[in-house]
Amino acid sequence: MDFAMTIQGSWSLLLTGLVTTVIVSLIAIAVGTVIGFVSSLMGLSRIWVLKALSQVYVWVIRGTPMIVQAFIVYFGMPQLIQTFVPGFTISAFSASAITLSINAGAYLSEIFRGGINAVDPGQVEASRSLGMSQARTMRRIILPQAVRITIPSLVNQFIITVKDSSILSVIGLAELVNRAKVYVGGTYQFFATYVLVAVLYLAVISALMVASRYIEKRLNRDKDPA
Amino acid sequence: MTKILLEAVRKSFRTLEVLKGIDLSVDAGEVVCVIGPSGSGKSTLLRCVNALESVTQGRVIVDDIVMSDPKCDVNTARRNIGMVFQSFNLFSHMTVRRNITLAPMDLKKTTKPDADALAVELLTRVGLEDKIDAYPRQLSGGQKQRVAIARALAMRPDVMLFDEPTSALDPEMVGEVLAVMQQLAADGMTMLVVTHEMGFAREVADRVIFMADGMIVEQGTPSEVFGNPREPRTKDFLRRVSQAG
Repeated sequence: MDFAMTIQGSWSLLLTGLVTTVIVSLIAIAVGTVIGFVSSLMGLSRIWVLKALSQVYVWVIRGTPMIVQAFIVYFGMPQLIQTFVPGFTISAFSASAITLSINAGAYLSEIFRGGINAVDPGQVEASRSLGMSQARTMRRIILPQAVRITIPSLVNQFIITVKDSSILSVIGLAELVNRAKVYVGGTYQFFATYVLVAVLYLAVISALMVASRYIEKRLNRDKDPA
Repeated sequence: MTKILLEAVRKSFRTLEVLKGIDLSVDAGEVVCVIGPSGSGKSTLLRCVNALESVTQGRVIVDDIVMSDPKCDVNTARRNIGMVFQSFNLFSHMTVRRNITLAPMDLKKTTKPDADALAVELLTRVGLEDKIDAYPRQLSGGQKQRVAIARALAMRPDVMLFDEPTSALDPEMVGEVLAVMQQLAADGMTMLVVTHEMGFAREVADRVIFMADGMIVEQGTPSEVFGNPREPRTKDFLRRVSQAG
């Protein structure tokens, strides 16, 4: 229960874990946002193949636990690919980044789809009546408004992604929880170590929340009262 | 010279036929008001003119462009047809200035200084030059609708469509919007106006069209339609409206 001792002893180890957690989360947030955005547009498309692809993607990812997805990507996929490319392997980091990105992408896809649908159809009609094309209306009117609508849900999903990265410790990603386990294994400082881990997560997520609050404020200047 | 021409226009939503064969022509500079009970197809008729609704049958021609043709480049054609909506539909994430300058800058490649000058000119015309940097939510309903008119005028259309422009307004704000429309009519704009404002129709319209049940029941000058309606349905409607007013 000696926090000072635990901090001193675990500091460098936990810090490397924290860095990995932040990096893999940032990758997943960035890549997942792109995947989710494209998937949401596909989901709203009138071309049924695109729509079906998006729906199946969201269905499969949301309907299966991420730990299973991680096992498939890390252990299953290489086995499959090895039948074509002998000796193929994937690092725990790559597998983690892929899993977390695909996972976040599915949830973000639904968030974006909901946001786009929530834009008042009158806004679209006004834009189209001026002669703006569907694509231009999407870019100028729908997306800027959809982003404002979705920010709280987006931030929520980003937070979940940061926390879910801890699940990837099971495939050996050297992130925060994984490093903490290593430290605890040698020192048996369960309480102090895991409280420290919790504080570190809280710090990262608080930073995320502060940043998002700032962005939300800037984007919503049009909503400030006169 | 005919600006708007509708020939035997029919429009169905699934099994419900909303327009049952509409023939209508509007000349350049003419102000035509469409009145009638709700559900009579007035708004649908208006929305068929700029192809916000596709027609099921018949032809819609504006400035010799067949809007009802599936191959019609509606995006280009619509630049010439301004529309004002009941619920204003100002772009809520943009300032008044940007609402007005967006389409000219995007579609006509108007430069920023020219577009800004245009915004000032149009806002002065609707009496809102001091609101140029406001956001829509900071405006009253009447102000929003006047900005919406300015926005529609920014593309320099030669036809304007008004879809119940004062129906969502508090009574004290109706006058300011009608005044702008009256000025526009006086300046020679071709206008097709769906309205419940009988006073406006009586004073400003060159022609009044009474619609009921998806058909044009009666049309004529305001004094003919209001002063001496021939059809029972017109008489009935006008009696109800005057009682309510």
